[in-house]
Amino acid sequence: MGSISILLVGKVLPYLEQELDKRYNLFRAIDPSQRAAVLRDHASSIRAVVASSSGGPDAALIEALPKLEIVSSFSVGVDRIDLQKCKEKGVRVTNTPDVLTDEVADLTIGLILAVLRRICECDRYVRSGNWKKGDYKLTTKFSGKTLGILGLGRIGAAVAKRAEGFDCSICYYSRNEKPDSKYKYYPSVVELASNCDVLVVACPLTPETHHIINREVINALGPKGVLINIGRGKHVDEPELVSALLEGRLGGAGLDVFEKEPHVPEELFGLENVVLLPHVGSATVETRTAMADLVLDNLEAHFLGKPLLTPLV
Amino acid sequence: MAKEEEELPAILVLASSFGIDIKSQNPPKYRFLEAFSSPIPLLQFLQQQQTLPPSVRAIICNALKPVTADVIRSLPSLGLIVTASVGTDHIDLTECRSRRIQVVNIGGLFTADVADMAVALFIDVLFKISAGDRFARNWGLSKPLGFPFGSKLGGKRVGIIGLGRIGGEVAKRLEAFDCIIKYHSRNKNPSVSYTFYSNVVDLASNSDVLVLCCPLTEQTRQIINKEVMLALGKDGIIINVGRGALIDEKELVQCLVKGEIRGAGLDVFEDEPNVPKELFPLDNVVLSPHAAALTLDGFKDSCDYVTKSLDTFFSIKPQVSKTKLACD
Repeated sequence: MGSISILLVGKVLPYLEQELDKRYNLFRAIDPSQRAAVLRDHASSIRAVVASSSGGPDAALIEALPKLEIVSSFSVGVDRIDLQKCKEKGVRVTNTPDVLTDEVADLTIGLILAVLRRICECDRYVRSGNWKKGDYKLTTKFSGKTLGILGLGRIGAAVAKRAEGFDCSICYYSRNEKPDSKYKYYPSVVELASNCDVLVVACPLTPETHHIINREVINALGPKGVLINIGRGKHVDEPELVSALLEGRLGGAGLDVFEKEPHVPEELFGLENVVLLPHVGSATVETRTAMADLVLDNLEAHFLGKPLLTPLV
Repeated sequence: MAKEEEELPAILVLASSFGIDIKSQNPPKYRFLEAFSSPIPLLQFLQQQQTLPPSVRAIICNALKPVTADVIRSLPSLGLIVTASVGTDHIDLTECRSRRIQVVNIGGLFTADVADMAVALFIDVLFKISAGDRFARNWGLSKPLGFPFGSKLGGKRVGIIGLGRIGGEVAKRLEAFDCIIKYHSRNKNPSVSYTFYSNVVDLASNSDVLVLCCPLTEQTRQIINKEVMLALGKDGIIINVGRGALIDEKELVQCLVKGEIRGAGLDVFEDEPNVPKELFPLDNVVLSPHAAALTLDGFKDSCDYVTKSLDTFFSIKPQVSKTKLACD
């Protein structure tokens, strides 16, 4: 299989990049500026693209690769990939669902606790020597609060299961109400936000969910409400979020993703009611390795003519 | 001072979180003397407040400041100490016993908050949340995927030391993350299905994380020593929401600095508010200023409870009150 040409367009685990290099003829265009050169020399031989949350093939790239058969994404979210174009051209698409569900759900609860109980601030308080000057202040209890989940898919359901261990009430918004669910359904995001203490964004990024967290939703969540985003930065109207936090219209936020990663709005750095993470959801060794293996196994299955393990298209 | 005010029972308040709410009673039933932020000696403070020591019959405190024999001896009519905590190791109970002073704790009100803190610290250590937040604020997100990776909770073996109310709530929460719960307690609990270990070293050898939820007694002092930490091993984590003295702190610092254990989440320390400086540069530790019980909800509940305790005490004539020692 060493003669099959593959193009890598997103940042992935080093282990995955090494394996792709070993098994295939690997080209890289992670930086958009590398694209033109790679296409000029190799466009007609590339049969697969490996994508990730940081980069995926848009319509133009798909068009430029006449031999493209499969896109395998090192992520569960595929908002970087033009799925419509793939369907049109008969290009298969795989992602990495399930293997990261538990871990993202774990991190979500960790983020909620970090914001409500000011864990990062507590740590700073001790390290700075401020504890010698006085005791820490009162923070917000998590147990028993109402959690609103936007998108009750695999990740949303896993978050709900964990929150129930803290005696939280769970409510949700989804495109369609889920008849088998024991949780309370709200038919709009604003209503969900008005009726919960903590709102978790756990849905895929699509044109419909772009900026689904807007000024109206943020105001409905309110000065005591907390927003947790473990989805995609573009789920949230970021300038609105920042002004709401600065003005006290929103109680707090835990963010693992941002609209223009790696850029983080600097106004957030001085706030003690936010927790900022460098997109670590799914960053455990076990999960990232499992994701990498899924990418490799999907590619191998495809080139051996076997059924794909986790096809989306 | 107005005559009416002078006649109200004087309550010495040693806990900073009680200042505001309790005072807003209408009509006022007590006169609160907020000594917690006063740096001057107690007797001088009382003089400043125009209060004679024998008129102070009750103290409100919490686990963050000790109520020493000296303080108790300065107050000859002291009959009640209410502590907004479940632990009572910060109060000189021997002195209380000999003086027949009632000590009332408020176990149960903060159970969920302390359990939440234990889980918060555990997830933070595993996923490096505080380290990640520091990282993001200093360098933004432009570093590549080389950021130190974390480790998920599912399948982790959790060794709880002290399966009381708090330990039980920690277990319940971590079960929802698919952790495997084991425990060490004074006695095996027949009503739980978790694996019991009569020996702490054995528990440590079979756990990925130890969560300390037991009271500090002569038997539990330094229950986590070098042998236990080495048995826990290089992938092991220690979470302490009990008391600092449950751990041999010097040994813990060495183990963390040398990488003999993976990490620690600590809300309590041997000599609060002093924390070993060697821990400050480490990214595998999360430090908290004894804040497990410091929530607004818990505070509201404990204010109610403290007020009720005071009301009950002051409605009983001094000769009738019995010695009552705090119990869990």
